[in-house]
Amino acid sequence: MSRRKFCAALAAFLLAPGAFAPATARAAGRPLRIGLTPVFLDEQAAFLEAWRAYLERRLGQPVEFAQRGSYREIVDLLGREKLDAAWLCGYPYVRYERALKLVAVPLYQGKPLYRSYLIAPAAAASISGLADLRGKVFAYSDPLSNSGFLYPQYRLAQMGERAEAFFSRTFFTWTHRKVVEAVAVGMAQGGAVDGYIWDTLARIRPELTEKTRVVEMSPAFGFPPLVARASLLDGEVAALRRVLLSMGENDEGRSLLGQLNLDGFTAGDRALYDEIGRMARVVGGSL
Amino acid sequence: MNQFLRDLSLRYKIPLRVFVLASASALLVTISILFRVYDETKNDLLLHADSMGRVLANTLVGPMTHDDVWRAYEIVNSPFQAGSPGQTQGAEVILVLDRKGRIFVSTRPAEYPMLGDFSRLDPEFAAAGATMPAKGGEGPTVIEPLASGRLFVTVPILSEGAPLGTLVMSYSKRMFLPRFVGIAQRAALMMALALAVLLPVAWYWGHRMAKPLVSLAACMDQIGPRVPEHLHCDLYDSQDEIGRAGASFKRMLKELKEKESLEKQMMVTERLAAVGRLTAGIAHEINNPLGGMLNAINTYKRHGQDDPRTLKTLALLERGLAQIKETVAALLVESKVEPHPLSRRDIEDVRTLAAPEAAKRGVALKWEDDVTDALPLPSTQVRQILLNLLLNAIHAAGKRVECQIYRDSRSLTLAVWNDGEHIAEENLSYLFEPFSRLSRNGHGLGLWVTYQTVRQLGGGIVVESEPDDTRFTVTLTLQDAS
Repeated sequence: MSRRKFCAALAAFLLAPGAFAPATARAAGRPLRIGLTPVFLDEQAAFLEAWRAYLERRLGQPVEFAQRGSYREIVDLLGREKLDAAWLCGYPYVRYERALKLVAVPLYQGKPLYRSYLIAPAAAASISGLADLRGKVFAYSDPLSNSGFLYPQYRLAQMGERAEAFFSRTFFTWTHRKVVEAVAVGMAQGGAVDGYIWDTLARIRPELTEKTRVVEMSPAFGFPPLVARASLLDGEVAALRRVLLSMGENDEGRSLLGQLNLDGFTAGDRALYDEIGRMARVVGGSL
Repeated sequence: MNQFLRDLSLRYKIPLRVFVLASASALLVTISILFRVYDETKNDLLLHADSMGRVLANTLVGPMTHDDVWRAYEIVNSPFQAGSPGQTQGAEVILVLDRKGRIFVSTRPAEYPMLGDFSRLDPEFAAAGATMPAKGGEGPTVIEPLASGRLFVTVPILSEGAPLGTLVMSYSKRMFLPRFVGIAQRAALMMALALAVLLPVAWYWGHRMAKPLVSLAACMDQIGPRVPEHLHCDLYDSQDEIGRAGASFKRMLKELKEKESLEKQMMVTERLAAVGRLTAGIAHEINNPLGGMLNAINTYKRHGQDDPRTLKTLALLERGLAQIKETVAALLVESKVEPHPLSRRDIEDVRTLAAPEAAKRGVALKWEDDVTDALPLPSTQVRQILLNLLLNAIHAAGKRVECQIYRDSRSLTLAVWNDGEHIAEENLSYLFEPFSRLSRNGHGLGLWVTYQTVRQLGGGIVVESEPDDTRFTVTLTLQDAS
C-alpha cells in the first residue's frame, strides 16, 4: 500500500459513520455472509454481484452471498452460524424466531406487505377459486414458504380439507418463479406464489405470466424480512440495517431497488408477522 | 401417341432417349440416397436417443426416489431448452412412467398430464405400451409400432437394479421430413443442372448420330420407279454400319442406273431390229415386182414402138421406179462379203473424201489415225460408216470436228466429235430409225444405214450428246485373223 492510498484509507476510516463504534468484525476483515432465498428473483447473477459490491462498499466489510436449494438449508446454515444474515420468508422467521433477529423489512408499493396469489393456467377458465382445484395437481414453492405453502394449507384447513386428499398430486418447485412456470406449462392446474414475485415477473417476463391467471389473492402479510442470526453482534445488525435503510438515499441504491422492484427497506416490526404465526398454529406447524 | 413416338425422327428420338435415361438414373441415384439418408438419420437418432436416454435415466433416479416431480421435469425438459427446435434428433415428447405405468412427468404436461395412463392417451402409445419389454430390461429398447408415424425409445430407470420407472422418448418420423426435403431439393437441383448440361450435349450428339441415317433415308426416299438423273446423296463416309449401309446403297444405286440404261439400250436395239426386219421384208416384197416392172420397161424400150410420147412416159416411169429401187436398196442394208481387209489407206481415203466438204463449210477437221497395218474388217463398210459419221459431223459442227481412229487388241474404235448443236436426250432413242425426222437433209437414212452396218459387223455404236459436245463412237470387234 502506497503512502497516499494509506492516507486516503485512514481519512475514509475517520470520516465513516460509526467509525468510533466498536467495529470488531470490520477491523478483523471477516466477511459478512448473507443467505439468499427465492423470496425475490435471485437468479440474476449480474444484479447480485452489483448489490453485493454495493453492500460491501457501504458496510466497509467484505460481503458474501450464499444461495441454497431450499429455505430449510438457509435456516440450517443460520442456526449453525455459517451465515450471519439471510433474506427469508416470514414463515421460517416466525417459526425460528428465537434464533433470529429482525434486520429490515422491504417496502413493496410503499408498504412492508405482500400477498399470496393462487394462480391457474390462463386457459383453464373453469377454475375460479381454490375449491375448483379438488382432484387436481397443485404446485407449491417451498415447504417453508408462507405465500407458496402455508397460506394455501391454511385456506384448506379453513375449508375443512386435508391437503393430501384434496389435491390428486402436489409437488414443490423450490422457487416461486418455477411455480409460475409449472402452472404456465400446464403441469399443475393450480399453484401458490408470492404476489410480489408474480407482479415483478409480469413486468420483466410477461410472456411467462401471460400463460397464468391470478385466481385468488390472500390478505396482506408481512413482507419476507431480512434477518440475522441471534448471535450476531448488535452493532453489525445495526450497521447492516442502516445500509439497507439508506439504499433509497443514493442513485446506486435506488437503481438496485428498482431492479428488485422494491421501494426501500424499513426497520419493521415483529407484529407484521403475527398473522403468519397464527396461520402456522392453525395448520399445525410447530413454532 | 405410340404411333407418333414410333414415327418420330431419330434426330429427336435419340436425344429424348438420352434425356429419359439420364433422368431415370438421376432419379434412381436420388432415391437410393434418400433411402440411405433415412437409414442414417434413423441410426443417428437411435444413437443419440440411446446416449441421451441413459443419461436422463441415470439423472432421474434421484428425483424419482425423492418424488421431486419438478426436478424430474427440469431434467427431461433440458434437451428441449438446449437444442434448437428444428433439430432432427430432438425427441417429440419425453415421458417418465412410474412403476405402475402412469405418467410421473412429461415434457408436454398439458397433453400428457401427470398420473395419466400412458397407454390410454394415444392409440400409438397404446401400441408402444403393448410391445414394451417386461420390466427388468437394462438398456434402451427401440419400439417401432407398425403403421405409426412415431418411434419410441424406452429406457428403464433403475436404482441399484430395482426399477423405479421407465423413460419413454417418442420421436416423430416427420422430423426426417425437412432433412429429406432438403436433400430431395438439392438432388433435384443437381439433376436439373446435370440435365441442363446433358441435354444440349445429347441433342448435339443425337443429331450427329442421326444425321447419316437421316441423309441416307432422305436419299433412299428419292428413289421412285426410276432413278432420278441427278441424284445427290451426301453420305457418311466410314466403316461403321451406317457407312457400310451408305456404301452398299451407293453401289446398289450405281447398278440400278446401269441396269436402267442397259434396258433402255436394249429396248432401242430391239425396236431397231424390228424395224429392220420389217423394212427388209417390205423391201424384198417391193423388189420383186419392181424388178419385173423395170424389166418390162426395158423390154418395151428395146422392142416397142418409138412413139416419143410413150417413150417419154416410160422414161418417167423408169426414173420413178429407179428411185424406188434406190430407196429400197438403201433400206435393205446388206453386207456383202468383202475380201479386202481394212488398211490405213482406206481410212485416209475417207479423210480425203471428207476434207473438201469440211473446207467448204469452214470446219476444222482434226484427224488422228492410229491404224498402221491392215485389220480384219471389211474395208467398204468401215469406210462407209466413217464417211457417214464424218459428213454428219461436218454438217452439224459449228467450227470443229475431231476424228479419232484407234485400236486395241480386240477392237477398232471410230470416234467422231463435233461442237455443234446437241441432240436432245428424248430424241436419242429415235436417232437411228429410218426416215428420221431429225435429219435436216437427205432421207434420214444415213444413220439408219450406219447403224445397220455396224450391227451387221457385230459392233456397237454409242452417242453422247451435250451442248457443244456430241460424240459418236463406233466400236467394231476385230474378227479373228484366221
